[in-house]
Amino acid sequence: MAVPEGGRPVIRAEKVSMGFGQRVLFRDVTFDVKRGEVFVILGGSGCGKSTLLKLMIGLYRPTAGRVTILGGDLAEAEGEARRNLLRRLGVMWQSGALFGSMTLLENVMLPLEAHTDLPREAREAVARVKLGLVGLSDAASRLPAEISGGMAKRAGIARAMALDPPVLFLDEPSAGLDPVTSAGLDELIKDLARDLGTTFVVVTHELQSILAIGDRCIMLDKEAQGMIAEGDPRRLRDEPPNDTVRKFFRRETA
Amino acid sequence: MRDAERNPPDPAIPVGEGAGNRREERAEGAPERSPEPGSPALPPAEDMGPGRVPDRAPEPGGAVAGSDAGPDEDTDGPPPGVEREGDTLRFSGRLTSLSAGHVWRQAEEAAKGARRIDLSGLEGLDTSGAALVLAAQERAGGEVSVEGASEPVAAVLERARGASAKPPAPPPEKPRMGLIRRLGAWGVGRVKGVGNSTEFLGESASTVVNAARRPRDMRAADVLRHLDEVGTRAFGLILLLGVLIGVILAFQSAVPMRQYGADIFVPRLVGISLLRELGPLLAAVVLAGRTGSAFAAELGTMTVNEEVSALRIMGIDPMVLLVLPRLVAATIAMPVLALLMDLSGLVGMTLVMIARGFPLAIVVNQLHAGVQLWDLLQGLGKAAVFGLVIAGIGCRAGLQAGSGPRAVGDAATAAVVGGIVALVVLDGIFAVMFFRLGW
Repeated sequence: MAVPEGGRPVIRAEKVSMGFGQRVLFRDVTFDVKRGEVFVILGGSGCGKSTLLKLMIGLYRPTAGRVTILGGDLAEAEGEARRNLLRRLGVMWQSGALFGSMTLLENVMLPLEAHTDLPREAREAVARVKLGLVGLSDAASRLPAEISGGMAKRAGIARAMALDPPVLFLDEPSAGLDPVTSAGLDELIKDLARDLGTTFVVVTHELQSILAIGDRCIMLDKEAQGMIAEGDPRRLRDEPPNDTVRKFFRRETA
Repeated sequence: MRDAERNPPDPAIPVGEGAGNRREERAEGAPERSPEPGSPALPPAEDMGPGRVPDRAPEPGGAVAGSDAGPDEDTDGPPPGVEREGDTLRFSGRLTSLSAGHVWRQAEEAAKGARRIDLSGLEGLDTSGAALVLAAQERAGGEVSVEGASEPVAAVLERARGASAKPPAPPPEKPRMGLIRRLGAWGVGRVKGVGNSTEFLGESASTVVNAARRPRDMRAADVLRHLDEVGTRAFGLILLLGVLIGVILAFQSAVPMRQYGADIFVPRLVGISLLRELGPLLAAVVLAGRTGSAFAAELGTMTVNEEVSALRIMGIDPMVLLVLPRLVAATIAMPVLALLMDLSGLVGMTLVMIARGFPLAIVVNQLHAGVQLWDLLQGLGKAAVFGLVIAGIGCRAGLQAGSGPRAVGDAATAAVVGGIVALVVLDGIFAVMFFRLGW
């Protein structure tokens, strides 16, 4: 059984299908994300990984099936219920999605301003800690246009973590980062999952990251239009259930 | 066992409770038992309760270290409390980003002069709560010991301490310049700006000449697309504006001219002013607002996204691929728009004249007698130049966009403002030129 004893899953996807117009991305995807785990969504380009992430955070509505997160359905929830759900999740966007007119510090302070009643200097202190966690203390007063892509990505994580949400979504966290920074980020994810019990949903195709941080993963495939594997990534590597998974982990071409 | 953990060791004077506006009521020496229910927004989920096994041993699940409340219940649990006892500052309850705000001010206040910070009453701590503990420690000043933290709480606190250990870098010192220097820098900037404009003008001219020599460089599909965007899609707007302007001009001039019995000459007046001046000018203003800004935004976005750099590196001249088709399209479309504006304006004028009792034949006759073909051609020629200049200014603003999302907005603004200013200046030059030439 996917659900551990004593807790309902943080995220549950039930027979979720998605497509745009005539094009079907995937069908009947079903999985649970357990509390405190690092859950990785794998797959080649164009298989619908990022779309699946957007389904989970309610930006898209599935063509069939249902996704619940923290017991609620973001695609359906409205008003206060929706606000409560949104407050308890953070998203790091692929490009960082920082607001260009604000400094990094102000970017991180924004969710605190929207959802807490912390006084201004407290918001600033909290935001500085978050920037420190991702190694950006020195860049707090810089504008997003003045920093590198990797820094923007880390600032995006700091902003996603601003409210210490129990669930963090990371879209391609290590893409475009140097190996050292990328490894540092993996460390951070592992530490946060351990220290704070944060649940992570990570979309990535970086093999090293997957093996370093993933507790469990699912793999989507473009050809199969659905989920082709689920389980511990190290186990999938050692005992691939099918050819596509084997090729993915051995970096073979199709 | 979880229940035992959830009850804090009975803090004597909770300074802060769930709601911040109740701080004042908590006078010192008014003991009240904590925790108290009520403040959190969310009801506990059904899977919460005694005997729940955490998912990840040994740490309990949830978003907050040291707490057994899961993600569904992260706002639940005892509200945070701060109390001062002698030289000890004591935290209790769950200190999270959502609850720390209630006690932040009191904690900083109470921390002054404290020698010890006791965290043994803390049930949960996230990094925002840790920021509060660190802020209190800093406020206390001097040698302050932090004691009694459970293992997960200590881990979070340590992480936050590490993150905030580095002092924030001082803002870079901006070199202060004297008035004279600033004036000089401004002047140099202006001159450089004019230089850039001239450079762009020259580059455009050479591109156009080269393209005329080698028409194969020009991509017909692009020109047609821009012709559609610049021209046909503006037809409706131009027609509407033209008719209205014609109506207004005719009406406004007919009333005073009637006093002298001269209202029969209104068709001549409106005809000449529209064809020579207002038709091209108004069509050009529409072009600057609709198309100049669109060119600037489109090319500005491409510049910000480094698409223009990519073109340059591929050895493709952005002037040829991006600017030339736009210039050509605007130059061709503008006379058409001006003609449309002229005709619809005359229709508007005719409507007013008929409404005022003049037969159609007289209106046509007057127009025929008062307006010459040369008036129309002059206006259309001006319109073509306006189109070229407005498109050029729009493209230049786009290609010279800086970086960041604001750059695109700035480019669009520069295109519209620059376009309209250039338009009026050019029109003045044309007026003087035509007068001197006796046209």
